[in-house]
Parts: sequence; structure tokens; C-alpha cells
Amino acid sequence: MIRVRILRLGLVCAATVVLELLCRVGIIDRLTMIPPSEMMRALAGVVATAPWFWPDVTYTLGNLVAAIGLSVLGGFLIGVVVHAIPRLRRVLDPIFTSYYAVPTFVLYPLLIVFFGIGPTSLIVLGALFGIVAMIVATVTAIDRIPRVLLKVARVSRLGSVRTALLLKLPAASPHLMTGLRLAVAYSVIGIIAGEFILSTEGIGRRVALAYNNFDNATMYALLVLILAFAMALNAALGAFEQALHRRWYRS
Amino acid sequence: MTARARVLDYVCLVAGLWLAWVLVFRWAGPEALSPPGATLQRMGEYLTSAQFWPHAAATGLAFAYACVIALIGGLLLGLALGANRLAGEVGEPILSSLYSIPKITLYPVILLVFGLGVSAKVAFGALHGIFPVALFAIGALRNTNPVLIKTARVLRLAPVETARTVLLPAALPEIVTGLRIGFSATLLGTLIGELFASDQGLGFMLIRAMEAHKVLDIMALTLLLFAFAASANALLLVVERRVHRQ
Amino acid sequence: MAKAALRRETAAAMPGRATAFSDTHVALRGISHTYPARAGHGAVAALGPLDFDFRRGEFVGVVGPSGCGKSTLLDIIAGLLVPTSGTIEMDGRAITGTVAQGVGVVFQEDATFAWLNVWDNVAFGLRRAGVAPAEIVRRVDYALAFMGLAEFRRAYPSQLSGGMRQRVCIARTLVLQPRLILLDEPFGALDQQTRLLMGEELLRLWRETAATVMLITHALDEAALLSDRVAVMSARPGRLIDVVTTGWPRERDSALVADPAFGALTSRLWALLREESRKALGVR
Repeated sequence: MIRVRILRLGLVCAATVVLELLCRVGIIDRLTMIPPSEMMRALAGVVATAPWFWPDVTYTLGNLVAAIGLSVLGGFLIGVVVHAIPRLRRVLDPIFTSYYAVPTFVLYPLLIVFFGIGPTSLIVLGALFGIVAMIVATVTAIDRIPRVLLKVARVSRLGSVRTALLLKLPAASPHLMTGLRLAVAYSVIGIIAGEFILSTEGIGRRVALAYNNFDNATMYALLVLILAFAMALNAALGAFEQALHRRWYRS
Repeated sequence: MTARARVLDYVCLVAGLWLAWVLVFRWAGPEALSPPGATLQRMGEYLTSAQFWPHAAATGLAFAYACVIALIGGLLLGLALGANRLAGEVGEPILSSLYSIPKITLYPVILLVFGLGVSAKVAFGALHGIFPVALFAIGALRNTNPVLIKTARVLRLAPVETARTVLLPAALPEIVTGLRIGFSATLLGTLIGELFASDQGLGFMLIRAMEAHKVLDIMALTLLLFAFAASANALLLVVERRVHRQ
Repeated sequence: MAKAALRRETAAAMPGRATAFSDTHVALRGISHTYPARAGHGAVAALGPLDFDFRRGEFVGVVGPSGCGKSTLLDIIAGLLVPTSGTIEMDGRAITGTVAQGVGVVFQEDATFAWLNVWDNVAFGLRRAGVAPAEIVRRVDYALAFMGLAEFRRAYPSQLSGGMRQRVCIARTLVLQPRLILLDEPFGALDQQTRLLMGEELLRLWRETAATVMLITHALDEAALLSDRVAVMSARPGRLIDVVTTGWPRERDSALVADPAFGALTSRLWALLREESRKALGVR
């Protein structure tokens, strides 16, 4: 177990070192990529000195939180409704199965026409990206609630609200957690992509600007930040999800 | 589930979508949307026009290349990591983290590395598809029911024979799922890659329409892309379900 | 008790039946096994030390409380696991980590290949062993008929019940004409009535193949009914507490449950196991 962790760490470090060397020696030229060490330095510089950094981070994070909230809560509610009406579930099933196979991002211009350029269309885009993952996960989660628990609830004469809160919700939590993790991941993609394409503020916008201005230092610095953030978030949620699955489905 | 009920469900779905479309059009106006009838007509025009098909072919070619890399590369990677216990334990979390990266973030890097052109599209597409294929293949091999391995040992099969006649058939359903998801992801990646990296292809056509504010064109192209992606996915699902039925 | 003695005498008088199993097929000496420490828990002393002789052609039942190492024992005899100490010999030859020829194993879990139909499942081992096609057809058809699976030859395992799937696994073992058949709680997931019927089929199989059979079961009555001898194991680490000889005739079936000797045997097994089971429950 420890050996595996060390090997993995070693692999990642080795890859970084190789990249660093390739950049420094010039095999990868500066116009394409700057050495990782410089990326970190640039990042430190941007965080410390760039006047736009904190406002843009706040903007992006704010949009992200809103999009996540919308997709998770909306997805959960819609999922509950869809599960409760089997006919609806069957009719909508083709949409759910093909949703992530179609290029949803092309709806973005449409959203801009509706909501104008600004945080609202970004939030809606992010939420639209993530909501179906949450819907599908919710439906699956409710499916997987062991029937016998519902019988226990009825025998114990718990009302429907207490059954839902005390029994159904905890029993569904592992799969709901999966949905949460996916909704978050997709919302991040939606927000960042939206900011890339068409936005006046936000970290995504800054990356696009840096790219257009050939400012590789800033661009890579911000990319590293986004990547680290996304990976950390996913890892944290994933660990939580694993813990829930283990507690409920220990095999 | 009778076939009749299923057809009825589909009719309901299509009717519902059409209705929603019309309502939104009524509410938002022709600046935002084009009505269903006109959009379908424009789609027909595209499919029969001479200018459309070279673009479609360009996209198709890039997609094909990306698919080959993603599916075959992903399979090789996944099978190698899945077969070796240590390699799998070390590599799978790395692949999983890479999969969770919003790949759109790497788009500028891809453009810098590959320049503007076909290779950027292909690279971006392959980047999207390779991870699910590999991850599902690893999962398929690692989740092999231990009793099957024991059975192979009791039957005194050589390792290669065990892999060929027991492990691979047992892992096939999950591998096929990975291939399906990888296929869809590669398609999306190729289309996104086309948006800014190309002067050919359907993504390029889309960007042009967006810049010119030609709502009808945008919607017609979008619907074409949706239709293609959805049908390809549905087809693959049928294949997948047949493999899983066993 | 008198009736059992009478039974033994009449059995001895039956023509063509070996009353005493004299020839040693598999010999276990000082077998013990400790699973190494892994992440989360320390080393586990699972089994032994254990001495036992399987005599050729006999039917041995193995019972014991949960976790006593029965499955570990089966893995060792099959050659799937190398014991941390002790020796095991089959026909005088040592077994170490490879499965000897002529050993068939039926596992507790469903080991059917989901991607092959029943016929191909049963034929699988023969095909891999390079047996001639005509011979394969002959043996598979016979095994399917024997196990009552003939009409399901084209069905896939997913279309069959758990009991049927186990029959497929048994048929797959049968076609290889094994001389040693090991079964690890093969009927564990089945209901009592099906178990009784499957037990009878197992006895038919045993008589047909004249193989040495070891059946691990947690059902004392099953062990008492089917076996020539029952090995009783203690709680973990599993050791032999006692070996009970049943003295049943070779031609036996489930009607034996009416015999008072059967009840006496079962209660004797329980008397031996009661304390051990308590221990196992407490330990868990």
C-alpha cells in the first residue's frame, strides 16, 4: 500500500522533472510551454501582485458555487419527481442516456441571447452541464434504496417525512454523493468553457486573454491553478464518496 | 415493455420536445431561436448542398483519426495496467485524476503544441476519449470474478490461455461500455477542437454562423450534430446491451 | 445403534462393493496455513495443524463453524494454495501449488461462463485439453443427460436458476472424469428441498465416477446423509476434533433421513460442534 503510493509519487515527480528538463534544454520551445518551475513562479507572482486576480477568482468561484447549487438541488428535485412518475422516466430516458454524448456547449450562444453576456448565462450553462448527471444519480440512488428499509419504516409507523429524512436519504447517500461529484466536475467544465468562449470577467477569460496576448507565463500559471483546483476538488469529493460506499456497501 | 408502449413513449418525447421548442420560440422571438419547421428545412438544405459535405468529411476524418488513437490507445493502456496488479494500482488513480481535469483547460496548450490545424483537433478529440476507454478496461480486468480465475487454474490452463479464453470474454461487457463512452467523448472533443483550430469542418461552420448571428444556421447545424451524436450513441448502446445481456 | 451395525453387516454382504476403503488417495500431514498480514489487519492463522487421509473412492464430508478454514483446506488440497507448513501427497506424489491432473473442483460461487451457453460451458475444459471433437460431443452429451440439463444445452447461464448453474458447474467437472472431486458448499445458496435432491445427484455422480469426494458443507444433516466419514473441524484455526464414520451403504439416497441412525449421527455432530460454533460466533 505504501509502496504503491511512493511509486505513484515517484512517477509524477519524474514526469515533472522530465518536462522541466525538456523545456529548459529547449526541446520544447518557450512559445509552446514554459518550464513547470516558472509556471509556479508566475502563479505566485499573479496571486501576489496581479490586481485582477482576486476579483476574477471571486467571480469564477461565485458562478461555480451558484451553478453547482443549481445543478445539485435542481437535479435532485427533478430526479425525485422523475423517479416518482415511471412513465415520465421512460419517456425522458433517451435524453438522459444521450445527454453527455451530444455537444451541449453549442447552446451557449442561445443562452447569451436569453440572459445576455454576464454571470447568469454562465451559471445556467454550468448548471445545465451538471444537472443531468445529478438527475440520473438521484434516480439510481432511489432505485437502490433497499426495499426492506421501507418495510421497516412502515412497520415502525414513521410518517413519510421521517421515513424520507431518517431512512431514505442516508440509504441513498452513496449514489447521491456520486451525483454530486459528477455535477461539480461538469459545472466546472461548463463555467470555465463558457468563460473561455465569451465572457468579460473571470479566470477563464484571463486565460483566453493571456493566450491571445502570447502571455504564456500568466496563461500557464492560471491553467495550473485551475487544474490543481479541479483535481483537489474531485479528489476530496471522491474520497468522501468512497467512504460512503464502503460504509453502505461493504462486501 | 411492449413495443407499442415504447413507440408511444418516443412519440410523446418527440411531441413534447417539439411543443417546448415552439413555446420557447414564441416567447423568445426569432433573434434567439428558429422555429422547428424552418430549422428542419435548413437541415435538409445542408444535407443536400455541395458545400456541406467537404466540411462534414473534414470533421469525420479528424474524428476517425482521434477515435483510432483513443480507442486503440486506451485499450492497450487499460489492458496493460489492468493485467499487472502493481501497475494498475499505481496508474489507475493517476488516470482517474487526469480524467477529472476539465480538459477544456488544456485546449490552449494543445493549440500551442500542435498549432492550428487537423492535428490539434485529433489530439484534443483523442485526449477526451482515451481516459474512459482505459479506465473501464482497467476496471473490467480488476473486477474479474475471482472464482473464474480459480476455475481456470483448476482446469490447468496456461496463463495466456486463461487471458484469452476466460479473462477477456469476462471483461468484454465493461470494456465495450468504455468504448462507447470513449467514442462519445472523442466526438465531443473533436468538435470542440474544431471550434477554434480549424478552417474546415462542422465546428468551423458553427463558429462562422455564430459570428454572423445566423440563428437559423446555428440551430440547423446544432440539430444535425445532436442527431448524429445521439444516433451513434444509441447504436452503440444497442451493441453494448447485447454484450451485457450475457 | 443396533440398526446401524446391522446395516454395516448387510452392506458388507452386498456384492461388488468395497466395504473398507483401504487405499490412501490423498495424505495430509501437519498441514497448517497462516495468511500473511495485509493492510488493515495482522496475520491470520487460518488452519491447522491437521493430519488426514482420504481413502480412494470414499465420500468425506467436512463440517465446522464459519471461519474455521474449510475453504482454505480445499484450496490446499486442490493445489490452489501452498500451505505455510505441512505436506500433502496425492498417489504418493507431493502437491505444491499446481493443480494435479484429475482434480475437479466445484466452488460455492457461480463459476459458469456467462458468455457461453450450457453446452459450451461444459465442453470448455475438454476443448482446452485438446480432446478429440467426437469424444467431446460424446462426453458432454452424456454429462448433460446425467445432470438433467439436456434440454437446456443452448441456454445461457443468465437464463438459469442458481441450482441449474451449479449443475452446469458439476457437469463441467464430470466430463473431465476426475479421480478427486472437491466441493466447497456447492449447495449453500439453495433451499432445503433442492439441496436434498442435489445431494442425491451428487451421490449418483460419486457412484458413477468412483471418484474420491470431499464435500465441505455447513449443513450437518447434509454431511451426515451423504458421507462415508465426516471430518469435524474446530473454530479458527481449524483443527480436526473428530472423524465420525457413518457406515452407510454405497447405494444410499435421501430416504435415509427416516433412519434413526441418521438423527443420532446429526446430533453427535452437533454435540461436537456446538461449543466450537459458540467460539466462532464470539470471535467474530
